Amino acid sequence: MTGFVGFALRRALGMVITLFAISVIVYVVFYVTPGNVAQITCGPRCSPAQVHQVAEQLHLDDPLYVRYWHFLQGLFAGQDYSTGTAVQHCSAPCLGLSYQSDQQVTQLILAKLPVSLSLVFGAMVVWLVLGVGTGVLSAWRRGRLSERLLTGITLAGVATPVFVIGLVLLIVVCGELELLPFPQYVALTDDPEQWAWNLLLPWLSLALIEAAAFARLTRASMLETLAEDHIRTFRAYGVGERSIIGRHALRGAFAPVIALNANNFGGAVGGAVLTETLFGLPGIGQELVHAVNVVDLPVVVGMVLVIGFFVVVANAVADVLYAVADRRVVLT
Amino acid sequence: MSEALLTAQTSGTDTVVPGASGARQFWRRLRAQRAALVAAAVVALLVLLALAAPLLTAIEGQDPTAYHPSLIDSARGGVPVGSLGGISGEHWLGVEPQTGRDLFARLVYGARVSLGVALAATVVQVTIGVVVGVAAALGSRWVDQLLSRITDIIVALPLMIMALALLAIVPSTFPRPVLVALVIGLIAWGNIAKIVRAQTLTLKGLDYVSASRLSGWGTWQVARRELLPGLAAPVITYSALLVPQNITVEAALSFLGVGVKPPTPSWGQMLTAADVWYQAAPQYLLLPAGALFVTVLALTVLGDGVRTALDPRAASRLRVGTGRKREARADAAEPKGGTS
Repeated sequence: MTGFVGFALRRALGMVITLFAISVIVYVVFYVTPGNVAQITCGPRCSPAQVHQVAEQLHLDDPLYVRYWHFLQGLFAGQDYSTGTAVQHCSAPCLGLSYQSDQQVTQLILAKLPVSLSLVFGAMVVWLVLGVGTGVLSAWRRGRLSERLLTGITLAGVATPVFVIGLVLLIVVCGELELLPFPQYVALTDDPEQWAWNLLLPWLSLALIEAAAFARLTRASMLETLAEDHIRTFRAYGVGERSIIGRHALRGAFAPVIALNANNFGGAVGGAVLTETLFGLPGIGQELVHAVNVVDLPVVVGMVLVIGFFVVVANAVADVLYAVADRRVVLT
Repeated sequence: MSEALLTAQTSGTDTVVPGASGARQFWRRLRAQRAALVAAAVVALLVLLALAAPLLTAIEGQDPTAYHPSLIDSARGGVPVGSLGGISGEHWLGVEPQTGRDLFARLVYGARVSLGVALAATVVQVTIGVVVGVAAALGSRWVDQLLSRITDIIVALPLMIMALALLAIVPSTFPRPVLVALVIGLIAWGNIAKIVRAQTLTLKGLDYVSASRLSGWGTWQVARRELLPGLAAPVITYSALLVPQNITVEAALSFLGVGVKPPTPSWGQMLTAADVWYQAAPQYLLLPAGALFVTVLALTVLGDGVRTALDPRAASRLRVGTGRKREARADAAEPKGGTS
């Protein structure tokens, strides 16, 4: 088991290095933009005096590595910002100050995070259950009409962009049939039932396309396992089809599904941005689109870093899970 | 989204070294798949529509940006005059609510943007991916370490988020479709670099490549003459699945209002504008949504077909009991020898 612990530790170290590299890239790319960074950061309505103040706070006269160092300091130790008269303390992890909305980026993100987490993790449950379920069913019914039907449906699912599914669901379910009211976010802690009802459509629109990918992968992995010799041996011993599909073939799909889940997590986060915008959910995706439209640099940088953090951590966790699920993986 | 699926499946793929008859064999295997053929025909039609957009709109007598206020009923909130959203001999698919712009013209010009951006982005991705992948596999240990780490970081970047953020900071004077293609291409080349590196490492160990190295060829000569042909199969397979993915990303970015900007028509952008009009002018919504769906579906099916045609061993493993006898017959009918 020491090999495994070593592997997990190495993976964790790799994760930290990747996060560091991403922070450098993101910082450099966004703060070395063409144009006056202080003016862009401060917003179009800022007076020259305010712009000057922002330039000072961002240490724009210092070389880039010094500025990045200040940024890191804020992230790990907090930072003080003077906004005209008062001094604002931004405690760690401080991602900077949005001069345009006069809010700390960390606070802004924390306020929106529950919405996005509810959306993404809820949708993840839906796409795993739906996707793996469909995959198992079509591997079981292979060669029959129902399998062809399922394959066709999942293919159509793969080809439909999140926002098209969302738009259709919104129009049909809320607009025409009036089965559900237009989604309005209710916090889980306020009313769990309303939380789930209101997130049902966003979950479905985000999950359907992912579920289709999982159905294809599960089916392919299971068919591959079914062709192996040990399955033939099981059959020869008289093990029933239900047990072969449910216990032995499904095991073969386990590791690839974990890998795909990590690999698609980044894509799903991108899909969450679309879902939030479409359904008007006040999550970090919607906030990011807003920040992009008004070019609120500190918010954009903060959001990209936070989302990158989640994606990198998800990948690392999945790698470790993958090693647990499939002992054949070489732990290097 | 099919990207991870592919990585998961091709990473374990055996090396397929195409021989002289590689292209002919490929066509035979592709032809044996009915779905892929239909998809190829649809894709060809779409490409034709996009290329002939100026011609078709000239025949129709419209252009994608002209406003037609006379066709709009402002008393009813801006819905098109006439039945079916203003479909007529002059406006084949009706007009846009509020502006009266011709929908057919916007749709076919939108196809140019969609396909053009997706293809250009794919070219950028494949170019960077192949160069980085080959360099990592052939370079010194140090070069490999460096390039592989960079690739890992690139793979970890969420494409939509990075693209969204990058598009925010580039000045709006830069031609937008080119910018969108570049941004997608520059962010999402990690997976292809990984596949190319792995495949190059496999090829490097094969006898015929060692032989040409021993006979005194330089690294670049070996790479160009011996390795690139062997890389063709995985690279083509992966690119075929990148195109529909890039189409979706472009549409998504335009849908969010940061991709292709008006007045350039784009399907994603049309969808944003159309969703409030779904009752008054349903085709305004259905046309771009349908176009996107058909395009992505056809390209995905074609991509699957290309993969099956290029990697029959993986495909035949998956064919157990699925009753796809046509493909099996096509494989069996192939002359033995010549490859692998």
